[in-house]
Amino acid sequence: MPEGTFCNKQPINTEEDLKSLLGDKGGAQYYEEMKHLDVDVPALAATLEKTCKARIRTWLEICAHCGMCADSCFLYRVSERDPKQVPAYKIQSTLGVIVKNKGNVSNEFMRHCVDVAWSQCTCCNRCGMYCPHGIDMGVMFSYLRGLLFSQGFVPWEMKIGSGMHRVYNAQMDVTEEDWVDTCEWMADEYGEEWPGLEIPVDKEDADIMYTLNAREPKHYPEDLAEAAILFHIAGENWTVPSTGWEQTSLAMFAGDWAACKKQVETVYSAIERLRPKRVVGTECGHAHRATVIEGPYWAGREDGLPPAPYIHYVEWLAEALRTGKIKIDPSKKIKEPVTLQDSCNYIRNHGLSNITREIMSYIAEDFREMAPNREHNYCCGGGGGFNGIGKYRHQRNEALKTKRDQILDTGCKLVVAPCHNCWDAIRDLEEEFEIGIRWTFLKPLILKMAIIPDHLKLQEDEDE
Amino acid sequence: MIGFLTGPMLMISLAIFFGGLAYRAVMYVRGLSWQLDRVAYKPHFTHGLKGALHSIRRWMIPGGTYGWRTQPFMAAAFFLFHIGAVLVPLFLLGHQVLLKQLLGFSLPTLPSLAADVLTVVAIIGGVMLALRRIALTEVRILTTPYDWFILAVSVAPFVTGFIARMHWGNYDFWIIAHILTGELLLIIAPFTKLSHIVLFFMSRGQLGMDYSIKRGGMKRNYAFPW
Repeated sequence: MPEGTFCNKQPINTEEDLKSLLGDKGGAQYYEEMKHLDVDVPALAATLEKTCKARIRTWLEICAHCGMCADSCFLYRVSERDPKQVPAYKIQSTLGVIVKNKGNVSNEFMRHCVDVAWSQCTCCNRCGMYCPHGIDMGVMFSYLRGLLFSQGFVPWEMKIGSGMHRVYNAQMDVTEEDWVDTCEWMADEYGEEWPGLEIPVDKEDADIMYTLNAREPKHYPEDLAEAAILFHIAGENWTVPSTGWEQTSLAMFAGDWAACKKQVETVYSAIERLRPKRVVGTECGHAHRATVIEGPYWAGREDGLPPAPYIHYVEWLAEALRTGKIKIDPSKKIKEPVTLQDSCNYIRNHGLSNITREIMSYIAEDFREMAPNREHNYCCGGGGGFNGIGKYRHQRNEALKTKRDQILDTGCKLVVAPCHNCWDAIRDLEEEFEIGIRWTFLKPLILKMAIIPDHLKLQEDEDE
Repeated sequence: MIGFLTGPMLMISLAIFFGGLAYRAVMYVRGLSWQLDRVAYKPHFTHGLKGALHSIRRWMIPGGTYGWRTQPFMAAAFFLFHIGAVLVPLFLLGHQVLLKQLLGFSLPTLPSLAADVLTVVAIIGGVMLALRRIALTEVRILTTPYDWFILAVSVAPFVTGFIARMHWGNYDFWIIAHILTGELLLIIAPFTKLSHIVLFFMSRGQLGMDYSIKRGGMKRNYAFPW
């Protein structure tokens, strides 16, 4: 059977297709169909010819097979040093074979590649730092995912994820109407407590345009309210766009480059439409990577930069604390030992390690580093889409052990995790291993500690 | 025989070696694509170059990177082998005499004791690299006959040259074996993994550029901690 009803080479482009794919619970039929999906060898060969250039070909060729990457990979370490988890082996035995055979590989081999690409690499890019030749397996796995996606070999949830972006321009089914309603609802809901609180939609020429992760309006809209309150306290002139507010890209995890381009262009056109001085993204790692680090390339921006300065939430927050826009009540600083999760996507991949530590210096009395940390930190265990793929839940749970042990070693019970993915992984590791920890984004923490300027207080407060 | 091997054949070998490696380097750069590689090479070239040089430099210092520091045995094997492998062929007195004959100029030369020591050191490094391949499961799974061939071709000129130099056994045999293995290495270098002689600098520098331009180099205000 060349193409299945659910598992085929066509990406999801309509709501109807998306709903019917969602109806295939757990992808049971989808994975069954994948067993019979034909590999379009000429198409794969043509894609390789067109897209596999000097960098990846050289990497595959000159890999010295020295194994220095082995220990750099947390998945190798948690799998009892299974040699099949050595990064160089993982990529040579998948992408390496596809390139060597010019795409002439079997269905079974492609399914093997799916397993390796989505359950044995989170594209954390740590191995690249430990390879003498500067070979970055994370980059190559991302490329491999693109090849697999183009042939219809992609985990069920990833196909859904990229379909969501294609249909809704968001990783979840949050429509523009839902989104704007959520903004109004949150402004109303919290406006009683915070007089004058606004969530201005489509305000032109604001100082800040705020973008976020669709999960926030969908599942925890209070995160949007918290962001609004903190901008309110800081006295920022800010806005959110009605379209182009979704900053994430599950399509990036899926390897659906066309959807990545489409998604990021909605954000960039919002920037061009509203002309903010700069853009602030929420506490999310992959969203930042998708829209700020990789996005410019998908959108064909030659300078590699978004249309306006685009910063991560931690950068805005550090600045607000540094300049006194937000002041912390010293008596409310975190007294207990607290540690910090370094998200691969904006620490290793965007150099923000000092910024997060600056924030910790303002808010914590006993900040403790994980080891290793900063650019050398390990993936939370759920990166690159790993968190969301049911088929690989067991492997994902094993992968959480690295972070569990790193946290346990700090002796802290509180973990600050300014990234949705890391936040989820840490929540799941507590559920899985019950080590008695708590985890938090920065927004609710800061809200509890911030000194509220008198003019923003409720009238009743002043009367008291 | 020796006349031919150290005359025309050496010229051919050197021409293939230098011409081939130069070609590989040029093709590497020409094959880069800012859109496919997702690195804005040109608009941030100066910044990228700094990152490239920093990355190359750190990796050429023993203990200069986290990678070397976390794997001291590999670091020792690597540096012992490569220091000899670079210095001895370039600066050995005998090689310079040949070079002078062939091309009319020569480079400075190493004292013979230093050359002997470096040769032995390179052989020890080579043996250590081989031991790693056998002893460590994570290296064993990656090792193919091709890796053994490359290692053998790389160490052979040192072993044969050293035996000849020590006048152990039949000098003529070992010196010819030395010249043949040396020329074999020169000839195959551009077509095999040995192309890393130049491609290391391209690839390592390229990742240094990547990190410096795109992955936070502009935000970090200090060099990336390789």
